[in-house]
Amino acid sequence: MTATGSATVPVTAALALGDDALVLSHRLGEWAGHAPALEEEVALANIALDLLGQARVLLSLVGDEDELAYLREERSFRNLQLVEQPNGDFAHTIARQLYFSTYQHLLHAELAAGDGPFAPLAAKAVKEVAYHRDHAEQWTRRLGDGTGTSHERMRRACAALWRFTGEMFQPVEGLDVDWAALESRWLESVAEVLDRATLTVPEGPRTGAWSAGAGRQGIHTEPFGRMLAEMQHLHRSHPGASW
Amino acid sequence: MATAAAQRTARPEADGARNTAGDPAEYQRVFDAAVAADERIEPRDWMPDAYRATLVRQIAQHAHSEIIGMQPEANWITRAPSLRRKAILMAKVQDEAGHGLYLYSAAETLGTSRDELLDKLHSGRQKYSSIFNYPTLTWADVGAIGWLVDGAAITNQVPLCRCSYGPYARAMVRICKEESFHQRQGYELLLALSQGTPEQHAMAQDAVDRWWWPSLMMFGPPDDESQHSAQSMEWKIKRHSNDELRQRFVDICVPQAESLGLTLPDPDLKWNEERGHHEFGRIDWTEFWEVLKGNGPCNEQRLTQRKRAHDEGAWVREAAAAHAAKHTGATKAAGHETTGAERA
Repeated sequence: MTATGSATVPVTAALALGDDALVLSHRLGEWAGHAPALEEEVALANIALDLLGQARVLLSLVGDEDELAYLREERSFRNLQLVEQPNGDFAHTIARQLYFSTYQHLLHAELAAGDGPFAPLAAKAVKEVAYHRDHAEQWTRRLGDGTGTSHERMRRACAALWRFTGEMFQPVEGLDVDWAALESRWLESVAEVLDRATLTVPEGPRTGAWSAGAGRQGIHTEPFGRMLAEMQHLHRSHPGASW
Repeated sequence: MATAAAQRTARPEADGARNTAGDPAEYQRVFDAAVAADERIEPRDWMPDAYRATLVRQIAQHAHSEIIGMQPEANWITRAPSLRRKAILMAKVQDEAGHGLYLYSAAETLGTSRDELLDKLHSGRQKYSSIFNYPTLTWADVGAIGWLVDGAAITNQVPLCRCSYGPYARAMVRICKEESFHQRQGYELLLALSQGTPEQHAMAQDAVDRWWWPSLMMFGPPDDESQHSAQSMEWKIKRHSNDELRQRFVDICVPQAESLGLTLPDPDLKWNEERGHHEFGRIDWTEFWEVLKGNGPCNEQRLTQRKRAHDEGAWVREAAAAHAAKHTGATKAAGHETTGAERA
């Protein structure tokens, strides 16, 4: 991955995209040793590794990857609240994957088609994310149209995470994207998957009522602080050490 | 491989052996000749029941060790101190899940399903390597596991690439390549710590102090106390004795420890010019047998987590099976399980 000169990289956008990937990768890494089948141990780790790779490229465009990952405070992270949500049961993880990978796929396809500083990264990422989206879609269908229990769990998971999906289409400074068009394609795509999974599009608001904002403004949910505490603890315990 | 097939002795197939009134002594003779000629026994070949049972036991124990072995290392994924180390560790734990998959598949070629083996693991009827009943207390333990535990595993496993049973031997070729990569990563992690701050160096030394002796125990009891060794050697499932492999491992580790700038916690360790080997101190076999019996620091924790993951995932596997039955009519669900549809 060649950086196209850090002077031209918009910092806010690099942090937004990089933090999304970093934080979701971390959450997926928490599944290691806990997945419902051996095949999913491999799949979830694979997705986590792709995302971690993307995060490292993006953060390195605008600084030192480890300083950015380990030494920023919670309020300085720019990731979506969606990706920081705890794993919950497998249905919650899949719903989170479905919402996010659909978004990331559409966004990276658009960035890859442009000539901005993220085009080279996006061109590579879009191929990886296509698999993530496929994995999420297949599982949404299996769980939605599987047993009564799985249908109910998947329905609840999709509904629980619905309120974190509006934030994805808030314009990010430095990204030349038609956000409204992206949102309508996202809605269409997610609705189609849910429909094939015998699920319905959740009702209710897609953003919170709090005017302070959300993840892109550095406003996070409570579980995120604990996630960072765990992630950053060792690095911060040895200031200046190399690993 | 056409040449290998051409050179193979003509052998009765297992089904044929059961279905016809063949002469068992003749089958045994052909099997023995194939083993003696260093040929591979393949799934459809006739094989003695005890040979099959030994392989299932050994492959299952190996597969279980891979998946239980994910736990002590996964313990540090969320705390890895740099993104590079985090990527390396996640990839490693993922490789272990992959090894589990190859090995359960190798066991399936002997007519034993993954579900059956997992049941035996969960109910304590089959074992996994006792080394994973020790805790990973610090980040340096991740390095010590890579260097010592994976190093010991490789020493044990490289000869298995020539094991008489084909599917196991072939799975081991790939596994050993990945394990040797893990071993080098572990070494490199410890080197960075050893050459780092005094605190990091101390962390590395402490980890090596704790993992050294349990790693030596990984080769199993001394040869004169080893229950299965003689027959396995005869069948060429096993190629070297426990003590021989343990000695080989010690000889490899001593100079590596020196390069790392770390010491091995054995005052009796010294080079014996005459033997051309390092002598080492007495292993505490009481600890070995106790941990094996279930009294290790993490036996219960490891098995409990494994069972919990399996039980909590049951609804997911059932959903995959139900979905597959509804939509594809296929007998195989996306998950691995023998599905409800298959049993029905």
